[in-house]
Amino acid sequence: MPLDKATVAHIAKLARIEIGDADLEALTGELSGILKWIEQLSEVDTEGVEPMTSAVQMTLRRRADKVTDGNCRDKVLANVPVDADGFFAVPKVVE
Amino acid sequence: MSDLTGLSVSGAREGLAKGDFTSLELTEAHIAAIDAADGLNAFVSKTPDLARERAALSDKRRASGEAGLMEGIPIGVKDLFCTEGVLTTAGSHILDGFEPPYDSTVTANLWREGAVMLGKTNMDEFAMGSSNETSYYGPVLNPWRRPGDNRSLVPGGSSGGSAAAVAARIVPAAIGTDTGGSIRQPAAFTGTVGLKPTYGRCSRWGIVAFASSLDQAGPMARSVRDCAILLRAMAGFDAKDSTSVDTPVPDYEAALTGEVTGLKIGIPAEYKVDGMPGEVERLWQQGVDWLRGAGAEIVDISLPHTRYALPTYYIVAPAEASSNLARYDGVRYGLRVPGERLDDMYEKTRAAGFGAEVKRRVLMGTYVLSAGYYDAYYLKAQKVRTLIKRDFIEAFEKVDAILTPTTPTPAFAVGERVDDPIAMYLNDILTVPANMAGLPGISVPAGLSDDGLPLGLQVLGKAFDEETVLRVGHVLEGAAAFDARPDPWWRAD
Repeated sequence: MPLDKATVAHIAKLARIEIGDADLEALTGELSGILKWIEQLSEVDTEGVEPMTSAVQMTLRRRADKVTDGNCRDKVLANVPVDADGFFAVPKVVE
Repeated sequence: MSDLTGLSVSGAREGLAKGDFTSLELTEAHIAAIDAADGLNAFVSKTPDLARERAALSDKRRASGEAGLMEGIPIGVKDLFCTEGVLTTAGSHILDGFEPPYDSTVTANLWREGAVMLGKTNMDEFAMGSSNETSYYGPVLNPWRRPGDNRSLVPGGSSGGSAAAVAARIVPAAIGTDTGGSIRQPAAFTGTVGLKPTYGRCSRWGIVAFASSLDQAGPMARSVRDCAILLRAMAGFDAKDSTSVDTPVPDYEAALTGEVTGLKIGIPAEYKVDGMPGEVERLWQQGVDWLRGAGAEIVDISLPHTRYALPTYYIVAPAEASSNLARYDGVRYGLRVPGERLDDMYEKTRAAGFGAEVKRRVLMGTYVLSAGYYDAYYLKAQKVRTLIKRDFIEAFEKVDAILTPTTPTPAFAVGERVDDPIAMYLNDILTVPANMAGLPGISVPAGLSDDGLPLGLQVLGKAFDEETVLRVGHVLEGAAAFDARPDPWWRAD
């Protein structure tokens, strides 16, 4: 099923990537082409097949629920593009 | 150009142990070679001062009687591994200026074993690419060209900078990562050896994530032995990676017995893909003959879902990438483009920070995970992935290892496939299945194409049986006696 421009614009919104009108057309064509190629998977009979959710057969390890790290605010903030007195700063969200 | 730059890892290890030269001398020789090879664009960041400092420390350790597995040996590090205090870009504009306050587990293991970092190698952006043309820092050029033809060829990708640096002998070895073939395919394109270990063998902690159920770090070098040495230093259990497997790391060099007598080697019919050039098929047959001649038993096998591995990959990998790359939002690190509102800032930052291929994949991943399409695409792909893995499990009941070509073609020209995503994706058709199943694989240079370019053979093994993969790879390496070298057109000295 080919994608239309409105669908691609919607996906771009979900992915938080601004796409200009000029690029939308080309991207719609490219993504449709890839999807069409992917759709050959419909030939495969997967009736009763369990989905593979892990690359290795293993039980996820657990650890005690306690603090193992911390007290490193300066390291956490070392790469921040815009900081404000030891916090991450973002444009105003609440009026 | 001193002859120290031609040394293998094992040769350097021997020379350092005997006191023929110091780590500082070995490191200086490679720093000079890297500076003389800027035309390859193999590095995003060079770290000569850090290299000298660490080499001097290594020489001191050695003098005091301590020597790790990689003591004093300089290497290149793919710019996907976080390195403390050293710019780490993943080949992307969106990580501008990012200097991690920590090292990845794999690099920390290597430093613990005495390795010295020469710099961070160039790569496809976020490891998404098969030609190194998607890097924000420009394409890496393959040291190899067709004889009598000056056109630049791609080194493969995504670990193309590491592969090119190893092939050009400006580093003795390097590390890379392999999500769909990103170590093995560039190794094949550059006449070098590249090993993707079993998923869970090397920790993923501190490696910029692309597709978390597929990503795996591995060594790239000029011999199978060198890969064995590096893997032992890189691998090991890490509590910080929930998928790291707690199993002992063997001495991989001990597996290089030169013997394959009695081993059963599977030849999967389905790897003979449509349009495979005669030269690739002939080399594959040559590999079969070499292994049979060395005493292995050749067994025809079938991996019926092979042709579905690539389309499955192009659902699973973008889905995981769209989730992993959600963290690049201009708030905590890297690029930030100002916006009126928060969403506006996110959208502008990600529009400016991601390149075309990354955007394509994030959008594809977002689509296949979105409401109403999840079952049709993502769940379907996970089920096909089960079938792909089952094919391998059944095959490995009959054989010890599998032999295939690494790539369907030799290296192609820069720009040749960049406008056709699917043609580019087809590069990985023979390498992707091992990632889908989490299995180890190696690419060994085995011969030259009709137009004089390297071609690789791939050996796949059972989970956590890198030893058999290395053993078979070593025998192929010995039989192929690949000693062709690119003409050093890039050298500026």
